[in-house]
Amino acid sequence: MGAGTIQAAGDRRRELEGSPAARLPDRLLRWGLTALSVGVIVLIAFFFIRLIVESEPVFSEEGIFNYLFSADWVPSRQLYGAVPLIVGTLITSAIALLIGVPVAVATALYVTELAPKRIRQPLTVLVELLAAVPSVVYGLWGFFFLIPKLLPAERWFADTFSFIPFIGGSVTGPNYFIAGLILAIMILPIVSAISREVMSTVPREHKEAALALGATRWEMIRMAVIPYSRAGIAGGAMLGLGRAIGETIAVTLVIGNAPSIGDSIFQQGYTLAAVIANEFGEAASDPLHRAALIAAGLVLFVLTLLVNGLARTFVVRAERGTRAAKKPAAGMAG
Amino acid sequence: MSSFSIESVNPRRRRTDKVARGVVLALTLIAIVPLVLVVYYLLKQGLGAISWSFFTTDPTGSFLGDPGGVKSAIIGTVMMVGLATIFAVPIGVGVAIWLVEFGRESKLAHAVRYFIDVMTGVPSIVFGLFVYITLVTSGFGGTSFAGWKGSVALALLMLPVVTRSAEVVLLLVPNTLREASYALGAPRWRTVLRVVLPAALPGMITGILLAVARAAGETAPLLFTAAVVNDSTFNLDERMNSLPALIFQNVGQAQDRLVQIAWGAALTLVAMILILTLLARLIQRRSRLS
Repeated sequence: MGAGTIQAAGDRRRELEGSPAARLPDRLLRWGLTALSVGVIVLIAFFFIRLIVESEPVFSEEGIFNYLFSADWVPSRQLYGAVPLIVGTLITSAIALLIGVPVAVATALYVTELAPKRIRQPLTVLVELLAAVPSVVYGLWGFFFLIPKLLPAERWFADTFSFIPFIGGSVTGPNYFIAGLILAIMILPIVSAISREVMSTVPREHKEAALALGATRWEMIRMAVIPYSRAGIAGGAMLGLGRAIGETIAVTLVIGNAPSIGDSIFQQGYTLAAVIANEFGEAASDPLHRAALIAAGLVLFVLTLLVNGLARTFVVRAERGTRAAKKPAAGMAG
Repeated sequence: MSSFSIESVNPRRRRTDKVARGVVLALTLIAIVPLVLVVYYLLKQGLGAISWSFFTTDPTGSFLGDPGGVKSAIIGTVMMVGLATIFAVPIGVGVAIWLVEFGRESKLAHAVRYFIDVMTGVPSIVFGLFVYITLVTSGFGGTSFAGWKGSVALALLMLPVVTRSAEVVLLLVPNTLREASYALGAPRWRTVLRVVLPAALPGMITGILLAVARAAGETAPLLFTAAVVNDSTFNLDERMNSLPALIFQNVGQAQDRLVQIAWGAALTLVAMILILTLLARLIQRRSRLS
């Protein structure tokens, strides 16, 4: 009897599993999707290799070291030193972080801790709407509104605080500061969204404990909320930095596109992304120039890779610390 | 029980509290200022440009005469973003299904997630450059610049957004649904395609719409891949105009009427993106109920 049952179960199992032909769709789906996923990895690898191969001419002509550390970018004389571009990218991104992160964190704090319940949602939506405005529209607005309207204020600031390094001196319309300011606006939504998400995971007990010990609201924020969410905020800021480094069109329109290093933050400059957008048309006929621009893209790619890697370690650390913190959703800000 | 009085907070601490809260509020208000200003200028400058002929004529490119409208740019944006969606959605959703249903926590799945994250961080202009050197300069398909190549660049941008959001939604599909399907004897492929996918669909659409909204506003990758032209075309094998590229082109012109066209185009573009975003949010709100 026992043997019969086992025999029957085996038959039944075979029947349920079906013939190999019946399982074919299962296999197809599984391997098809696996191939697709592996394809993504292959694509990115191919992408990286192509960038290296195509930028090789400029490296062999100028030398990698020379490309990265020489300050003369003069395409007409076949001189390709990326320092002014790298410096411009770093200055504008630094300004963006300096302005954008405090505002973003304050917004997140206000929404999660201080604002009346009624206005939390609308305020969140308003900040998120900033992410819906395309880069080129920020550029358009910056070009026709920010540059002329801010010029007097910038002049005044440069004159009054000329004793601070990199502030004093002449002021040009398009400059690093304007570009940094626009970048600050553009990274605000993502930094704010991630900060908000991290702050909302601060355990209620920590906050209530602080308040019960007699802390004021601000002391509660300083002692319970900020320490808990610091790593997450840093991760958000790094993601914002990654955005700022790669942002192209808005910056191209307001930075002046001068391949030199300005004496102050109120002078024109260039960034890696802007140079690609601006010069690729004229570079089409000149292989070396083209390679130099592709190399700029490669540097940009490596920079964003590093920054995003850093961001990920921060966010992972924040997650490990809080456990409850969710991954920053790829939603609107993504 | 002895009664105790709450000591009033020391005035210095109270002042610090007030000042700090004031600063936080002020910074929050500052965050809203750019949005208000951008919207105000868009409406002020853009509405003046908009008329019936604005939408029904092509840009003429003439510097002195009538600058024309933005018809070709609207057609180009819709066509290219549409094709990019057709490229990106099946691949993105497919990878997400693999990650959730098959890959799970395997080494390969972690590698795929890592590379998707890398893609999220890649600047759009670098994707444009990549498509430029692989498809445009090589004359792939017998053309140099072409609308479909712009779509490829946009699809590369959309792919990580679609994959990540789809993955999040698929993870939310309750396991009991899958188990019920298996218990009824459905094979895995049928479970995935007929049970899991439909359950996740509304949430996925939200992610897809947000990706579309993002792609619609991208300029940099299109400059290298689809170029900027004046004439309307429905042929994705030709050079194609687009709203962002048209705006970028016109900003550089020191001619008021061209600039006005740029403002009108910007208003149109922002309106399109806002509608997509709102739609995405509405669907999201709906799907949460299920």
